[in-house]
Amino acid sequence: MASVKALDGVFGVTPTSAGSKVRELVYMAFYVTDHATHFYALGGPDFIVGPDAPPSERNILGVVRKVGLDIGKQVIDCRARNHHIIKMLGGRGVHPAAGQPGGWSKPVSEEERKEIEEIARKNVDFALFSLKAFDDIVLKNPQYLELVTSDIYLHKTYYMGTVDEKNRPNFFNGMIRVVDPEGKEFLKYHPSEYTKHIAEHVESWTYLKYPYLKKIGWKGFVDGMDSGVYAATPLARLNVADSMATPKAQEHYERFFETFGSKKINGRYQPVHHRLATHWARLIELLYAAEHMLELATDPEITSPDVRTIPTSIKGEGVGSVEAPRGTLTHHYITDDKGVITKANLIVATTNNYAVMTMSIKRAAEKLITKGKIVEEGILNRIEMAFRLYDPCLSCATHSLPGKMPMTVNIRNSSGEVIRSFKRG
Amino acid sequence: MTAKPKLSMYWAASCGGCEIALVNINEKILDVDAAFDFMFCPCLLDTKYKDIEALPDGDILITLFNGAIRTTENEHMAKLLRKKSKLLIAFGSCASEGCIPGLANLSTKKDVFKTCYLDNPSIDNPSGITPQTETNVPEGKITIPAFYDSVKTLAQTVDVDYFIPGCPPEPHQIWAVVETVLNILKSGAPLPPKGTVLGGGKSSVCEECERKKEDKKITGFRRTYEFIPNREQCLLEQGVVCMGIATRDGCGALCPKVNMPCTGCYGPPEGVLDQGAKMVAALGSIIDIGDLKGMKEDDIDKKIDEIISTIPDFAGTFYKYSLPGSIMKGRVS
Repeated sequence: MASVKALDGVFGVTPTSAGSKVRELVYMAFYVTDHATHFYALGGPDFIVGPDAPPSERNILGVVRKVGLDIGKQVIDCRARNHHIIKMLGGRGVHPAAGQPGGWSKPVSEEERKEIEEIARKNVDFALFSLKAFDDIVLKNPQYLELVTSDIYLHKTYYMGTVDEKNRPNFFNGMIRVVDPEGKEFLKYHPSEYTKHIAEHVESWTYLKYPYLKKIGWKGFVDGMDSGVYAATPLARLNVADSMATPKAQEHYERFFETFGSKKINGRYQPVHHRLATHWARLIELLYAAEHMLELATDPEITSPDVRTIPTSIKGEGVGSVEAPRGTLTHHYITDDKGVITKANLIVATTNNYAVMTMSIKRAAEKLITKGKIVEEGILNRIEMAFRLYDPCLSCATHSLPGKMPMTVNIRNSSGEVIRSFKRG
Repeated sequence: MTAKPKLSMYWAASCGGCEIALVNINEKILDVDAAFDFMFCPCLLDTKYKDIEALPDGDILITLFNGAIRTTENEHMAKLLRKKSKLLIAFGSCASEGCIPGLANLSTKKDVFKTCYLDNPSIDNPSGITPQTETNVPEGKITIPAFYDSVKTLAQTVDVDYFIPGCPPEPHQIWAVVETVLNILKSGAPLPPKGTVLGGGKSSVCEECERKKEDKKITGFRRTYEFIPNREQCLLEQGVVCMGIATRDGCGALCPKVNMPCTGCYGPPEGVLDQGAKMVAALGSIIDIGDLKGMKEDDIDKKIDEIISTIPDFAGTFYKYSLPGSIMKGRVS
């Protein structure tokens, strides 16, 4: 979606209202399936099966075994029905083919709309069910609640997310809002101005880059007001918002901040800095995506045949941005006079969070290993959990740290000597 | 009870779409779990590399390997999984042909690093740092996998038993392959010959495309952004470079269903070595340059050039998915 929006810029064309809504409808279906997958298959096993469970059980099949086949099937059905919509409107379930500069290649028929509406209603129920499951499994379990609210996974950083004109999260269109660690608005800019506000730092020991807020600068792997490190995640998107755009998501949004004891200052909640709360925030976003999908599916304009504006010129440059499930996604293309890309720059969702991820792992290790006290059971997994909450891709990465660089936790005493070593590789 | 046969899935240089496609077999994933010990899949499961290293050789019945070979880690895992698996299957376009990561073979490693780390609109790198295989830090030495000069397919790296095409393979085709394997296991029937492409047809996408096809005579090409194609008529006949004619069937002609051309992700049809060459040959026979009578040879060349120039990106159009696996393999300097 970010790429097709960048093409709108390259071809200097504004999508038709219906074309833009069809894109957004497909995107909400994608959000529902992606957030559901991340929660149940990739992040959820740590909670549902347990952080100390054997690795062979700590996966989606273990989740199904734990919660029961019926619930497992509900998750599978949710993924299936939303991928069905993506395929119906986008051609393919993975890598949809229907994006066009100026809109979408295929209009929605009334028959399709009815089916989508029905699916969107099921999605709302599924999101509510998932929030209830989170409540029962995590929030009502004192051990997990302590893990979520402890300072093991806590960072006070800046937060980024896309908001609408009322400062409510919008995954598809809007302005980029950045708030400081105390929750005060620090920046608000149009995505096309990203190079004024974001820069990327390079280290020789990693292929991934570290984006940071230009105005503050790269100060290394530290959090706080004076560090340009920011997070762009489901948690970040709730932290930059004044409220949610749909009623049920709003209720859960309020409950979320109240649970963490967050106070309202100037009409908005102070940010929640507990990174494991990202899983909860993800489910609130799942609910918003489902509710918004229903709004779009019942919008009279959604079946309009007018889904494309045909470009008449080639401008040669465009920036497109959306909130990908893992964070703000930016595509920037420069083309020749035939519209063939000659330069491209992407800041991919997870890249935004690389610095906080690096810090989260360090923090988790520091907190789990203290003088005279070592949390032995599941220590490696608890450190990996610091990764998993950000991105399934890196969730996966932590499931497979490369053979040549196994994850090693060296526990050193105060004079720097290694006193114990845990390995997983 | 006999132990269930082991199934593993690995990703090298890829996007994760192949794993999503596997999970998109939906409720049948439970059947896979019932029939196999699905024991290694970094995207979904928590087993580690050391667990694979500890297995006896040939202990895994099937490995579905997706992703191209871009780094030393990709290569190491390809070799390790080859050794530990009875059947190694190149799963999807990246492993089979190189796919989108393989388009980097149009550039050198130096150019890739320059664009990524030194010269782009958001970079801040005054000291010109680029990733190094080894870096000394106060705590010790950090080693990361080395980045090769070019992208290779799985079969250019290790011996491959079968291929499953697609970017990604369509879920119904993945299930068809699983079912075939289950039937073979049950009946003891012989395996398909080595090198067989599984989960695809033997013909071209045109065979399964529902659009009306008539006489193909093209006087010029049009890009998809320029117009709204007729929804019934063959896209190629409307002047859109639709790769269906040079692409293996099996997907169900999904892209033409949403009024977009096939871009070739299922690779060349059975028996065709080079997808781009096949497409160029096909276009050669349907381009209509009009009446040649009395035209000078130079004018004929000019006319052909005019028509060909309406296709602005040859490599990206004809070799979008198949560059490393093609005859040329990449840019030839």
